[in-house]
Amino acid sequence: MSTPERPATHTPTALIAFAWLLVGVPLAYGLFNTVRTASTLFGG
Amino acid sequence: MAVPSFLARERIVARPGFNRWLIPPAALAVHLCIGQAYATSVYKTALVQHFDSSLTAIGIIFSLAIVMLGLSAAAFGTWVDRNGPRAAMFTAAVLWSAGFLVGALGISTNQLWLVYLGYGVLGGIGLGIGYISPVSTLIKWFPDRPGLATGMAIMGFGGGALIASPISRQLMNFYDEGYDGTAGTVPAGSAVALLFVTLGLVYLAFMLFGALIVRVPAPDWRPHGFDPATVKQKSLVTTENVSAGNAIRTPQFWLLWVALFCNVTAGIGILEQAAPMIQDFFRDGSTSAVTAAAAAGFVGVLSLFNMGGRFAWSTTSDYIGRKPMYMIYLGVGLVLYVLLATVGSSATWLFVILAALIISFYGGGFSTAPAYLRDLFGTFQVGAIHGRLLTAWSAAGIAGPLIINGVLDSRGTPGELVAGDYRPALFIMVGLLAVGFVANLMIKQVDSKWFEPKGTDVPTAASSTERSATR
Repeated sequence: MSTPERPATHTPTALIAFAWLLVGVPLAYGLFNTVRTASTLFGG
Repeated sequence: MAVPSFLARERIVARPGFNRWLIPPAALAVHLCIGQAYATSVYKTALVQHFDSSLTAIGIIFSLAIVMLGLSAAAFGTWVDRNGPRAAMFTAAVLWSAGFLVGALGISTNQLWLVYLGYGVLGGIGLGIGYISPVSTLIKWFPDRPGLATGMAIMGFGGGALIASPISRQLMNFYDEGYDGTAGTVPAGSAVALLFVTLGLVYLAFMLFGALIVRVPAPDWRPHGFDPATVKQKSLVTTENVSAGNAIRTPQFWLLWVALFCNVTAGIGILEQAAPMIQDFFRDGSTSAVTAAAAAGFVGVLSLFNMGGRFAWSTTSDYIGRKPMYMIYLGVGLVLYVLLATVGSSATWLFVILAALIISFYGGGFSTAPAYLRDLFGTFQVGAIHGRLLTAWSAAGIAGPLIINGVLDSRGTPGELVAGDYRPALFIMVGLLAVGFVANLMIKQVDSKWFEPKGTDVPTAASSTERSATR
């Protein structure tokens, strides 16, 4: 099976940054809240 | 079952030059959403009051979803591998979202069976398909570091609960001003219904974004500078392929099933009882040295280690190998469990460290499993094989709580238990981890009689359709 020639592409850096931001921001929000809750264990 | 052409695997074959670092956020977009399944406790009491029901009856919603997760991952794994990640993510998004919307209808009309059907059945199937949807794609994009790739995605499942818990509290407060998220206040059923509608729509958009940007690599694609021959030199790793149907006929599959089952069961033993457990371990008479707020903090610490372990240990397995990593999960985990049972009650910090490490191994077991399967059976139908392996999770989801609750029920009443009451359950977990350790130790290279003929690599009958659009 031969693979046909396919034109090359370039993934825009902005798209990669946007995608990571879209998942990173909620994750950071969740982590922040959990760390805040967890700190009560050590804060007495 | 054919899928519409815009979802087909052939439509999303990446062109040369595509940047593979767009795939992990696509996978995370799905896993961060379905990870909500572990945040159901925030509205559990509200549903008990709304339906005038019991904790057990409401708990069935979550149990049903987890059972459906395992069953649907096993049943649809081959379909997911054949049709590709976009079709799988799209289907998961629709089902997961529909689950919330049907559930909201059930809450609004006071029909609990609709919540079972919606969140439990429809949502549960979406969970199963969503969980396995990006895994084989990530493994193919990161053949040089499959542990890192699957760790990133499956870490998202742990992270999803961290996001859903606080956001759910804030949304329910927005929909019901009488609820402020503190102990003693319970949101109205209508606020939970509106929460379900909001989550259903937001998750739909988020997961569809993942489906939109996901791509599969061309069959001949390799990362720059990557030589598959270097992978083959590692112990247990094959560059051959085994079908899902044949994989479940090998002892290796079932030995790994046992190892995962034991690891998950042991982890659930702590997760199931986390908050009361730390209070009971430091109880003196009717009072505990650990306050309810601190116990909630302990649950937070475990969530962080559960998520972190999924990424850190799975990535470590790329360097030390999958089998040694599982030896650590099960062998070191066993020692940690013995320490927890014997000296865990001597100091709070020691208890927290031991439990946190055990939970990090619990999370790591999940994320290392797909890479372990890739090593043993190749990439051909690794998603389908992973789906079948997840039945171990469903089984552990039943066995873990049964063991811990069964032992504690026989020892006394909640609120009066002490560290010694947990010892029988903890030592049962030690025994289970020993069984898992031996099972992992017995895993050897898969016999060549199970290998597919050479050239079997892309799991689609349409792979020869070269007129397909590529992006």
